[in-house]
Formats: sequence, structure tokens, C-alpha cells
Amino acid sequence: MSTPETKRKAPRSKGVNGWLLSAPALILLLVAASGPLLIVAFYSVLEKGDYSGVRWVLSGEGWFRVLFEKDIFDQTISLADANLSIFWRSIKLSVATTIITFGFGLPTAWFIATRPAKSRAFWLFLITIPFWTNLLIRTFAIMEVIRNQGILNTFLIHFGLISEPIQILYTDTAVLIGMTYVYLPLMVLPLYAAIDRFDFRLIEAGYDLYASRWQVLRGVILPIIKPGIVAGSILVFIPSLGAYVTPRVLGGGKNMMIGNFIELQFGQGQNWPLGAALSTLLLLVVLVSLIVYTRASSKDNSNG
Amino acid sequence: MNTDIAIDARHVGKIYGTGASAVTALGDVSISIKKGEFFTLLGPSGCGKTTLLRCIAGFETPTKGSIHLSGTDITYDPPYQRPVNTVFQSYALFPHLTVAQNVAFGLKMRGASSADVARAVDRVLALVKLEDFANRLPQQLSGGQQQRVALARALAPEPQVLLLDEPLSALDLKLRKEMQSELKRLQSETGITFIFVTHDQEEALTMSDRIGVMSAGALLQVGTPHDIYDRPATRFVADFIGETNFLNGTVEGDQVRIGTGDLLAVPLDGETGAVTLAIRPEQVSVTSAPAELSGKIIDATYMGTDTHYTIELKDGSPLVARIQSNSTGAFGVGDAVGVAIDARAVQVLKS
Repeated sequence: MSTPETKRKAPRSKGVNGWLLSAPALILLLVAASGPLLIVAFYSVLEKGDYSGVRWVLSGEGWFRVLFEKDIFDQTISLADANLSIFWRSIKLSVATTIITFGFGLPTAWFIATRPAKSRAFWLFLITIPFWTNLLIRTFAIMEVIRNQGILNTFLIHFGLISEPIQILYTDTAVLIGMTYVYLPLMVLPLYAAIDRFDFRLIEAGYDLYASRWQVLRGVILPIIKPGIVAGSILVFIPSLGAYVTPRVLGGGKNMMIGNFIELQFGQGQNWPLGAALSTLLLLVVLVSLIVYTRASSKDNSNG
Repeated sequence: MNTDIAIDARHVGKIYGTGASAVTALGDVSISIKKGEFFTLLGPSGCGKTTLLRCIAGFETPTKGSIHLSGTDITYDPPYQRPVNTVFQSYALFPHLTVAQNVAFGLKMRGASSADVARAVDRVLALVKLEDFANRLPQQLSGGQQQRVALARALAPEPQVLLLDEPLSALDLKLRKEMQSELKRLQSETGITFIFVTHDQEEALTMSDRIGVMSAGALLQVGTPHDIYDRPATRFVADFIGETNFLNGTVEGDQVRIGTGDLLAVPLDGETGAVTLAIRPEQVSVTSAPAELSGKIIDATYMGTDTHYTIELKDGSPLVARIQSNSTGAFGVGDAVGVAIDARAVQVLKS
């Protein structure tokens, strides 16, 4: 029989060991992840340097410039429409990307999950092939497809479906096509994982209990694979919101997203505090939308 | 049109695949199941009983023949348009819904008002004695409780016919016995036609009003448990239902000469030539005194109330006898014994 004292001691020493063992990882996380974030947040409340960089004086100017702009001549303050429209476009395009990748991803993941076990690995392998090539090269490849003299327009004109090339490149549509292409695997893989665990006999049970195809999809399949939908949406939405390469190449200079706008502040704009404030804001937007989204989907679950 | 018939299957056949790889799951099955009947489809795995059940449920479309429900042709109706519900072997409960929501599913899909749904759920959960578990999720229940939820869910929409696909096979023996009588009770309380699929002949005999014995995609015999046990139509049925000895013989006048050269006065119904006699072990008695047949005991297995003796007859053919352990005294292996057969109970099968 062990005394209560030894009983209490044993798990505590184990706990200390546990902390000790995970210390390298924790230190790395603190220094490498939280450290830079804190620096960014700190820079956002400093004064802008003359050419770039910051002056070590506290200032609200960076955060002020996120939403407002001052006229150079009469110093009147107005809302920064350009900034707001960039934020709005980023959110709009990211939501659209998430919805479209779900629309393509669900049938794809379903198809793979319903193949014989042997060939499933092959289909998953095909899904991961795009990751092998540099994102920039892939984006230029899409450009080649959708530009005015590109494959798509040439094809459509050749078959007489259109007489003038359609302007897709350098529009929001181009950015949307690019992001959908880039992030589709991130939607397919978690959906596949969820469908793979799905018990297909439940579909028959649904049909047997008077549910039509649509009702089975809505009332049985989607609620059960919801963890996969949530994971896929998060994996697509977050990088979409901060996308840089795709909107830069396919959207041209005018159709900026937040990522490009932030880059602009650290480069040509020479306004580091504004760039830092925008970065911090992006982080907060992602955090809040994550919390809202996961809260909403888990609440849904308990209501059935 | 006979209005007493719930399910009428006419020449139903089902072939999977085409050409050389085609597999016949159902040959040509015709069967009429009466309203309010507890009907069992019995057979070994792969005999086509589940295929027939799935054709009735609408999960499979027969390649030939038709299925009628209360006189209406439902052969090509999708499952969600048939007033027929299934209790699945795997239960197939919706894991994201509570017990009450599972039971309500069918009624909701049919568009019943929420008041009607609530009333029906309460009634059916009371019927299967799960009132206290309404808000649990299926994975929080034991196997037996999940089984009851599956039953309640299938009964709630008040189907005309309830299909049960080996629903008890996952339960342990004690629970299975309990559920057997539970099912009988539910069937008589609801008056719904039950079509029960099983490979367990004892389950079929104890529960059914009528049994259809199937093998290799064909329906071999339909009858009450008594008919099937006492008067099996084929050697397969006799062998599959209970234990049976088979002795080959030839008809000579109104008797049958078996391999040992002895004549047995079994009931004949115009059979001639080579026949097979199906003899139940309980119809064989063993005596120390000489009797109509003689043999040697080669194996004795004590089973509690009964002892099973395997006797080697003169021509070497084995015969199993089931004798009450406390009756005439025990025999040992090697004993030469007299063997008597209750000839009136012997079933004569055409070879």
C-alpha cells in the first residue's frame, strides 16, 4: 500500500520532468513565434522614420492611418476608402475562395473516398502533386491560361464562341481562379479524411427513413463530416486572407489584397508603423473569425 | 386481389454484373407474406436472403420479377417512397443525433408536425423501454440499447412492413434471447408485418409464424416451424434445420431397404427407386437387447440432459441418437447395441 504522500509525489515529479522535456520546444515557440509578433505589434505604435524604419517615439499615427487619411494641404481628416476597399476585397475573395474550394473539394474528396482502398493512395498522390512546384511558377502557368492571348481565349475564339478575348487577367476573377487552384488541396485533404471515416450505411438508413437525396446530404452526410468541413475552411480561408503571390501576379497592381498592401508599406510606401498596424489587424481579424466560426459550428452540432 | 397479403414477390431475380462475371444472387423467388405475420427468411450466408430483403426495402432493383406491397407494384419505387422500414444489422444509427432525434428522423422527413413527432417519439421510446435515454447519443449506449433505438427508429413512422436484417447477430447469447421475446412482443403489440432475416435456425424456429428456407438464391420451402422441422422438403432443409441423419435406400413395395440390407416400414407417398431417409436423432433409440437394426457405439458425448451416441451400423454408415441421459442407463464406446427407429416420423426424400 502506498501512502497518500507518495501518491501525491509521483505525478508531480513526472510533471516537472514533462516541463523540462518540452522546454526546448516551448522556448523555440516563445522566441520564434511570439517574439516577432510582439516586435510587429510594438512597431505599429512607433513613429514613422524619414525614409523607412521607425523612430523610437510612441505614436498612434500607424493605427490612425489604417482607417483615416489626412489631406496633405488642409489637414482635413477623411475615411481611407482605399484601405477599406482592400480589406473588403480580401475578405470577399477569401470567403468566395473558401466556398468555391468546398464546392469542388466535396465531390473530389467523395470520389477519392469511394474508390477501392488500393487506388485511393494514387488519387491522393495526384492531389499533392501541385505542392511539388514553386507557387510562383504555377501562378505564371495560370496567367498563361487566362491572359488575352492565352489558351482559354484562343480556344474560345477558335471555336467561335466569342469574337473578342475576355479580360480575365488583372481582375478579381483572376485572383479568385488562382486562389481556388492553389488552395483546393487544402480543402480536399481534410474533407477526404472526414469522408473516409464516414459510415456509408447511414445513407441507406436515411433513404429508408423517407429522406430524399438532398435531405440525406443535408441531414446526415454534411453534419457528420462537419469536422472536415471546418478544418478545410480554416485551412483555405486563413492563407487566402493573407495571400501575396497570387493577387500580385494575377491581380496586377490595382487589385491588391491585404498582403500586397502590407508589403507596399514596408517597401515603396516607407511606412513601417502602418504596415505593422495592418499586420496586427490582419492577425486579429483571423483570430476573431476563427473563434466565431468554430463557436458557431460547435453550437450547431449540439442542436443537431 | 387478396387483401391479406402485405408483400407479394413474383418471380424475383437479381443478377450482379454482366457476361462471364455475372453472379446470380436470386434465381426466381416467389413468395407471399401475409399481413401481421412474423415471417423469417432463413438460410446460410450468401443464400440470397439479404438480397431479397434489400429488394423489398428498395436498396436493390430486381433484374426480373416484381414486388407488390398491399397490391401496389413497388418494384421500382425508391426506398424513401416505400412505407417499409429496415432495422439494419449494423443498426446504422445517426451518430450526430440523440436517441430522440434518431427516432424522430423518419417522421420529420415525412413532414409530420412537430407535435405529432414528439408524441410518436414518446410512444415508441416507451414501447422499447428507452424513455430515460431520449437525450443520449448512440455511442453512449450499450449494444442492446442501440438495438432498441434502431427498432424504435424503424417503428416510429408506423411502416406497413418492418424488415429486420440479422438484427440480433451482434448481441451476446443472453441478450439475444431477451431481444427475441422482445421482438415477438413488439410484433404482436404493433400488428406490423415483420420480415426477419437470419442464419440461426433456432432463432427462426422460436420466433416465426412462417419460415422460408433459402439456399443458393432459391426458396426451398415455406411453412410453419413445425412443417419445416417435421416435414423438410429437401435434404438441404432437413440438414440445415436441426440435426439429421441421412440413410440412403431403395423402395421395395411399401418398405425401404437401407444399406445394411434391413427393411424399414417408413411412410411412403408414391416414391419409387432410390430415396434418402431423414431421421432426427431423437427418433432413434438405443437398447442393449437386439432390435430391428444393430450397430456399435463409436462415440458418446454427454450434453447434460441428453447424451449423443454415434452408432456405426453394419454397413459402416453412422447414425446419431439423442437419448435422455437418465433413461435406460449409459452405454460406452465399443458397446454393441440394438437400434430402433421411430419409422412413422421418418421423412422420405427423393434422392
